[in-house]
Amino acid sequence: MSSVNVNVHHVTRVEGHGNIVVNANDGKIERVEWQVPEAPRFFEAMVRGRSYQDIQTIVSRICGICSITHSLASTKAIENAMGIEVSEQADAVRILMHYSEQLQSHILHVGYLAAPDFFGVPSVVPLVGVAPDAVKTIIRVHRLANEWSDLIAGRTTHPVTLIPGGLTKIPTEKQFRELQQRLKDGLVDLKTVAEVLLSVAENIPNFTRETEYVALKQDNPPTYTFYHGEITSTDHEGTVAINDWKTVANEYVSDQSTAKWTKWHRGSYAVGALARFNNNAELLSPLARDVAKMFSLEKGCCNPYMNNIAQLVECVHVVETSIGMIDELLTKGLKDEKVRVSPKPGKASGCVEAPRGILFHEYEFDRKGNCVGADICIPTNQNHASIQEDFEKMVPEILDEGEDAVRHKLEMCVRSYDPCISCSTHMLNVQFVK
Amino acid sequence: MAKPKIAIFDFACCEGCQLQIVNLEEEILDLLGGADVVEWREAMSEKSDEYDIAIIEGSITRMEDEERVKLIRSRAKVLIALGACATMGGINKLKNNFDLDDVKKCVYGKAAHKPHLHTGLTKGVDEVVDVDYYVHGCPIDRKEFTYIIRSLLMGKEPEIPDYPVCVECKAQGNPCLWESGQVCLGPIIRAGCGARCPSNGFRCFGCRGYVDNPNVDAAREVIEKYGLNVDDLKTKMVLFGSQQEPTIYE
Repeated sequence: MSSVNVNVHHVTRVEGHGNIVVNANDGKIERVEWQVPEAPRFFEAMVRGRSYQDIQTIVSRICGICSITHSLASTKAIENAMGIEVSEQADAVRILMHYSEQLQSHILHVGYLAAPDFFGVPSVVPLVGVAPDAVKTIIRVHRLANEWSDLIAGRTTHPVTLIPGGLTKIPTEKQFRELQQRLKDGLVDLKTVAEVLLSVAENIPNFTRETEYVALKQDNPPTYTFYHGEITSTDHEGTVAINDWKTVANEYVSDQSTAKWTKWHRGSYAVGALARFNNNAELLSPLARDVAKMFSLEKGCCNPYMNNIAQLVECVHVVETSIGMIDELLTKGLKDEKVRVSPKPGKASGCVEAPRGILFHEYEFDRKGNCVGADICIPTNQNHASIQEDFEKMVPEILDEGEDAVRHKLEMCVRSYDPCISCSTHMLNVQFVK
Repeated sequence: MAKPKIAIFDFACCEGCQLQIVNLEEEILDLLGGADVVEWREAMSEKSDEYDIAIIEGSITRMEDEERVKLIRSRAKVLIALGACATMGGINKLKNNFDLDDVKKCVYGKAAHKPHLHTGLTKGVDEVVDVDYYVHGCPIDRKEFTYIIRSLLMGKEPEIPDYPVCVECKAQGNPCLWESGQVCLGPIIRAGCGARCPSNGFRCFGCRGYVDNPNVDAAREVIEKYGLNVDDLKTKMVLFGSQQEPTIYE
């Protein structure tokens, strides 16, 4: 049997830098490694001394793709630490802001970064030649998501309307109505995207590894949640309070990575769309459930490649749910709310679901509201150990398929987690060491 | 004439500026129709060592990154710094206000000494190699990026505003945020963003960097008028205006 050596230095079509290293000789595997060499950026150190009013502006820059999520997690933590209340209206508008980012990030990942794998092309550019109508539809949904973020967050990337206690500005009734109409059109486009992906779904590798899936869970009212609730997992009965997230993440430093790794009940756990689906699927919107059925995606799915399909399902869910939320907001009538808060000393955490999984922020503030300490645990970091364990199970199963297939499947596997390595720090290179 | 080859590279940053290029959607094809994109890791699998125009996103924080950006510079005829991290170090420069060993310990604890966790002072790209053009902002403005690239492909010099954000903010008819108690950097920061943040009720925090000759007297007048002192302004300026040495003391 020949030797298989894969060395992908900086995996492409992911956010950030990561490497894959596989060495095998005569069918014996010597090394299988998922490495994260991204330049570390030290946000937890940089926020020290800064005012509670400036924390969101800083930590939003952890990630360009999930900047709204980081902004929301930090703002919730600040509000928890200082006992700041948020109005029902502001809460609803924030959730709409958060949904816009879920759609933006998911459609970018499924449509631009992962879809080329399903169609067997190297990037979205040649995909235009293979499936022009599909690409046009994907672009339309992506643009909708960006303009939705723009409208509510003030910018497409790095929001500016979000402040402790509420929002600086909300859209007008007319703007909400226009958005709602576009969301209705977006649902039709998403159905088209689903049909196109279904036509190439046989290219989704059939690989499973049973593992633990961690996500937020909201019981009151029962919601497929991205924003409120407590922590749960498929290995855990009940929930864990947000402030106790460290008993879930159990972070440690790996020699393979500039990003920290995590584990809870097993050697690794996974977070993201599939984790949310596996914990909360029965709470999805009707059309989202239909899309899951199209792909035979069911609760308990342990195929990491199906995360892309779970993302598509969530796209439909956030759009469908938002249409109803806008009706509710407008029926109650939009109010002009002034936000007044004063700093208090305190320490607390904030948690939301980033598109790529559960995200924890924790801060401590002094009397003047200046930050004295911070701890941030990012979803991609929580997936690193899971990617490594997928590799370890998968490589022996596919070794006979040869170097190219091994490389392709491992890269696809990393991509399926939608890693955001600038968050965790960056990734992707596969090297077969010769 | 052959089409110019463009390559896009990223260093320490959030990759939000590349995302703005992606967000151009089909306009990318129109804009880059006059060029060949030969490498762009975030969006394509293709790679290349030959290019005419290099676009650099991100700040430089490690020796190996300095070497990499020098190599890119040696291969490119034109080098463009994309976004605040590249044009001036961006938010990552906040790190320079602390002792680096302390920064590492703060994040990695007992593992801080491990060699792969090494970090240096954060630098903007022009603190390592010559930069020909700057696309300011955090993130960049898509329209400004398009304008700059289109100008270059047509052989024209792009014109970047050298007047403060206040000019654009006033033109939008916004109430001044200083009146509502916010410390806004509009008077000293380079315009070109359309005063997006103040138009949304949020103070300018300086992501486009200072105008070439900031009117310090005017800034001082504003501060005094609102009963604040220079330190109040400094704590805001430090977000995107930190330097190579500590600029704030706690």
